[in-house]
Amino acid sequence: MKFDPIYMITVVLPQLIAVLPLTLLLTITSSVIGNSLAVPVALARLNPNPLLWIPARAFIFTMRGTPFLIQLFFIYYGLGELIPGWMMRGYPFLKNGLYYAIFALSLNTAGYTGEILRGAILAVPHGEIEAARAFGMSRAQVFWRITLPRAVRICLPTMSSETILLLKVTSVASLVTVYEVMGTATSIRVDTYRVYDTLIGAGIVYFVTVFVLTRGLNWVERKLNKDRLAIPTSDKPAQAQA
Amino acid sequence: MAAAQSLWATLAWGETGYGDEFFKGIYITLFISACAYIIAFGIGMLGAWSKLCHVRALNRAGEVYTTVVRSVPELLLIILIFYAGTSTLSSVLVGLGLAERGVEINPFGAVIAALGIIYGAYLTDVLRGGIQAVPKGQIEAAKAFGMHGPRRFVRIILPQMIRYSITGLGNQWLNITKDSAFVSVVAAVGDIMSVGRGAATQTKHFIFYYGATAIVFMIVSGVSMYVTGRLEKRANRGVRRA
Repeated sequence: MKFDPIYMITVVLPQLIAVLPLTLLLTITSSVIGNSLAVPVALARLNPNPLLWIPARAFIFTMRGTPFLIQLFFIYYGLGELIPGWMMRGYPFLKNGLYYAIFALSLNTAGYTGEILRGAILAVPHGEIEAARAFGMSRAQVFWRITLPRAVRICLPTMSSETILLLKVTSVASLVTVYEVMGTATSIRVDTYRVYDTLIGAGIVYFVTVFVLTRGLNWVERKLNKDRLAIPTSDKPAQAQA
Repeated sequence: MAAAQSLWATLAWGETGYGDEFFKGIYITLFISACAYIIAFGIGMLGAWSKLCHVRALNRAGEVYTTVVRSVPELLLIILIFYAGTSTLSSVLVGLGLAERGVEINPFGAVIAALGIIYGAYLTDVLRGGIQAVPKGQIEAAKAFGMHGPRRFVRIILPQMIRYSITGLGNQWLNITKDSAFVSVVAAVGDIMSVGRGAATQTKHFIFYYGATAIVFMIVSGVSMYVTGRLEKRANRGVRRA
């Protein structure tokens, strides 16, 4: 069991890069679904009606208070226990861990982002909402045109670091037979007993992906916040780092 | 109904139920987390110091350490450090003639080391932020009073640094208890997740046992949140609210 860089580069890395799209698919799909679900979660959490805010708060606490591993196992094995056998045989996609993983990752993201979005909605300047009301916008219009866009911009830095965390968490899907980067690395490891080559290879793939994604998200942040950044005093753009 | 009753009965205390195993699991999870947290705090202090000192090479080393650890999935790092640690240690022991070939390394130590090394990177940045938040003028004043380096650190920097970084320290404690669930992937050491997994796979009552595991984790998180909230309040006593 020794580290063999040549084996890693020639044999392991090509296989891991070939399944990188699956990791990205998991990240992007769960991020889109989860962040969309976060809006109703945040709104329910802010609603004065206890029938809305109590379930929302319980949901957020469950998602933030338990490890993602247990959430995924609960959904994957739990739904497997509930779905009857004839359905499993009739619809083979129900056996695919990928859908359960996307479901679990989306719910997890909804919980985390819901709480972040709640804070951001509260941070939207009150004057802007009053101005919109004075213009005669309805409550829904105010929300969609003023509150939500402003809130998203406020929590954008936090949301982009959540996306990085999401990318890393997708590796847990390998434990429910999803052969993304981590899953493929594990299956090569189990087949060949090469612990270091496979795991370090996967680590390099994740490192590079996170690096590129961080750069990309920083670019999006700058684009969306163009008017909010201070007037640049030098050629170097101000770093919007938290 | 009878089935449901027997299911609850399996949570009983003693030989027939998993109740005491779960209870012990809380203790083991907290033990692993606490030991790892202490190691991580030590590494974090060293890391923060190396990132802020005036030696270029140390700045770089700290930067590389935190960047690499933070951009690679925790699951991968735990498996990697676990295997690397156990195999290195066993070959060292065999090489020194202290043990026979195929010696078993205590998985506890490897798991705690893995979590400690990972969280060292997160705490490095938390503590660095705390040190940087201490007003410069106070350090200059301490210098003017003739305090030497260590005394300045103990009397001026440390107390304030802890206050500034206590929120981050609390968050990382929550994260470390949750990430300790990954330990069950490499070794069943009797922590909450291992117990839940064992119970669920033995009895095939996935919803029930994973649900129970999730609730146990929520109790741990809830108590941790309460305690860290109190500590935060205590650390900020005597500080005027903005």
